[in-house]
Amino acid sequence: MEYLSLVHLKEGDTCKVARIQAGSSATRRLYEMGFNTGARLKVLKNDRGPMIVGLGGHKVALGRGLAAKMLVGRA
Amino acid sequence: MAKTIALVGNPNSGKTTVFNALTGANQHVGNWPGVTVERKEGQTHHNNQTYRVVDLPGTYSLGAFSEDEVVAREFILTGNPDVVINVVDATNIERNLYLTTQLLEMGTKVVIALNMVDEAEAREIHVDEKALAQALGVPVVRTVASRRKGLDQLMAAAAATIHAPMNGHVELSYGKAIDAKVARLRAFLAKGDFPYPQGWLAVKLLEGDEYVRQVVSESPALFELKTFRQFWDETVIHAGDLQLDIVDGRYKFVGEVTKHAVRRPEVEVETFTDKLDRVLTHRYWGMPIFAGIMLIVFQLTFAIGQDFLGEWMVVGMDYVGEGLDRLLVTLNAPGWLLDFASNGVVAGVGAVVEFVPLIVILYMLMGILEDSGYMARAAYVMDNTMRAVGLQGKTFISMIVGFGCNVPGVMATRTLENRKDRMIAILINPFMSCGAKIPIYLVFIAAFFPTHGGIVLFSAYALGILVAFLVAKVFSKTLFKGEVSHFIMELPPYRTPTLTNVLRNMWDNVSGFLARAGTTIFAVVSLLWVLAVLPTGAEPYGPASILGSIGQFIAPIFTPAGFGNWQAAVGLFSGIAAKEAVVATLGMVYAGVEEGAALVTAIQGAFTPLSAVSFMVMTLLYTPCAATLGTIRKETGSGKWALFSAVYAFAIGWLLAVAVFQIGSLMGFA
Repeated sequence: MEYLSLVHLKEGDTCKVARIQAGSSATRRLYEMGFNTGARLKVLKNDRGPMIVGLGGHKVALGRGLAAKMLVGRA
Repeated sequence: MAKTIALVGNPNSGKTTVFNALTGANQHVGNWPGVTVERKEGQTHHNNQTYRVVDLPGTYSLGAFSEDEVVAREFILTGNPDVVINVVDATNIERNLYLTTQLLEMGTKVVIALNMVDEAEAREIHVDEKALAQALGVPVVRTVASRRKGLDQLMAAAAATIHAPMNGHVELSYGKAIDAKVARLRAFLAKGDFPYPQGWLAVKLLEGDEYVRQVVSESPALFELKTFRQFWDETVIHAGDLQLDIVDGRYKFVGEVTKHAVRRPEVEVETFTDKLDRVLTHRYWGMPIFAGIMLIVFQLTFAIGQDFLGEWMVVGMDYVGEGLDRLLVTLNAPGWLLDFASNGVVAGVGAVVEFVPLIVILYMLMGILEDSGYMARAAYVMDNTMRAVGLQGKTFISMIVGFGCNVPGVMATRTLENRKDRMIAILINPFMSCGAKIPIYLVFIAAFFPTHGGIVLFSAYALGILVAFLVAKVFSKTLFKGEVSHFIMELPPYRTPTLTNVLRNMWDNVSGFLARAGTTIFAVVSLLWVLAVLPTGAEPYGPASILGSIGQFIAPIFTPAGFGNWQAAVGLFSGIAAKEAVVATLGMVYAGVEEGAALVTAIQGAFTPLSAVSFMVMTLLYTPCAATLGTIRKETGSGKWALFSAVYAFAIGWLLAVAVFQIGSLMGFA
């Protein structure tokens, strides 16, 4: 299974969280906000500035730096 | 003794709405001891019983990630609430139940308020609350707090739970390996004497929770056991590695629970929020729309708060002043008391009170933006710009609040989790031109730029923001180095703001302002009055008074800026106490009046258009008022930062005022 970074996905793409390679507190925060292993995401916005992803029907804005550290697999 | 109910829930779960709906006007806002987290408490009644309701900070988790989380979990564990009402957003149930799992780990009595079920239904998300209650082992009540639906049933369930024995405990599984460690630790911990449940301690230790580790490591009895020491060194010290597995374990439990209890549509229903977001967070339109919204907010604030309601307050204060005068005359009060009442109290406090409508309107409009969900979009839209100066989007919200008053502006930085962000945000907030400075600009505009008021006012705000950005950039490269903080922010669905929330939020802020007007500012104007009339024999507010001497002493440093007269110096001096006092002081020292045409004429005589501009620049940027400095000290936990703020802001204000005057002179302006 090949993983890629969330920032490379396009608007409308869906994926599953595989691994987060950010610092430990940021990683934990993301996990606790629902970006845990296997969580399904939908990319709602990816142009410039933070990305917006849909997660469980809700929207979360994620800085690009952080999104780059989130590895996802195709859902 | 009234039973205690604690309210727990995610940010944006509608917890505050539930709290407001339950307690109404019976609320008290304070601070948790030792930390800068707001504490809200109120009372509610059900079946002729009174209950105390404590609103805990909104959190995603009950770890040790932020002060909010520690405050919330400490209260649940040691504050002995009789029951915890967990407000769960039905539209986002999985993540909300993550917090619930932690309450279950704590072994607390929980009642779930399944909130916003109407929105969930509209999005075709169906929750079977009976199945949910069965799986979690706690009562679940459907509510729509914004329309006060289900609150009676919620209180009935809470009351019943208080008196019921602890219901069947749900055991979470984190996977075989971790479960075995938990069991082992529990057995050890049973030998210690801790004020916390053992199961919870065990899980927290394995999550690498520093706070819990500290608590347990202070137990000598346990560490006498060789087996425990060995287990501690081998497992607990490195336990941080397990934390993500434990989070996954909790989510797996949530997944099991919701599998049968929640039904979601195959294709998500496109909501009003999605449509609106396409415009409001648009890559090109987002920013101009945000600027437009802010412009409307300020226009409305001034149109309603100042021009309309403010005028009425002026009339009202005049009336009060005259009444007080007449009363004192009939009482045969001595002359100095008359003078103190009219020139000290009515002039000083009056200058502040006249200003209340303005902040009332500003806070109501900001409350509407906040409650509607737009504020999160503002942070999103601003993130790019803020990142260029080493900050992140959320910081801008505290800056906007600072336009009203820097005290709540500084307090609004509490939402920033990263210390670097927070420190810079606190230190630049005073450059946001607060409402109290507006009357100062208005006097100078009336004197010199009567036809260009809008431009001048706008320039003041723009300069403030510009200086804040530059200073932030410098600070992030020097004083507060370190990684750029990450931006993680939930964008809640747009909702119609509820009147109670907006009014409540406004009142919390305005009452704080009034309290300051009644205490600090009253003390300050009294002191200024004393300084102005002493020593006896000197002309009050004249150059020979103590105030005049202070002014003459500091005036020379302002000569390069073009306003090196003692009256201007006295005005700035009083502004360190409170910016509201500047105009009243200038009025008294220049014209012997508080405000009005005579002051404008006197200002025209004492300043030139150029020195007026440099004076306004100084006023905009120099040392924050005493109340703001006090807040900076409290929020940074150190008087050093307050002192730093006072000194560096003065230096920046002085430098720019001098630059304006000198360069302006060279260019031939006068």
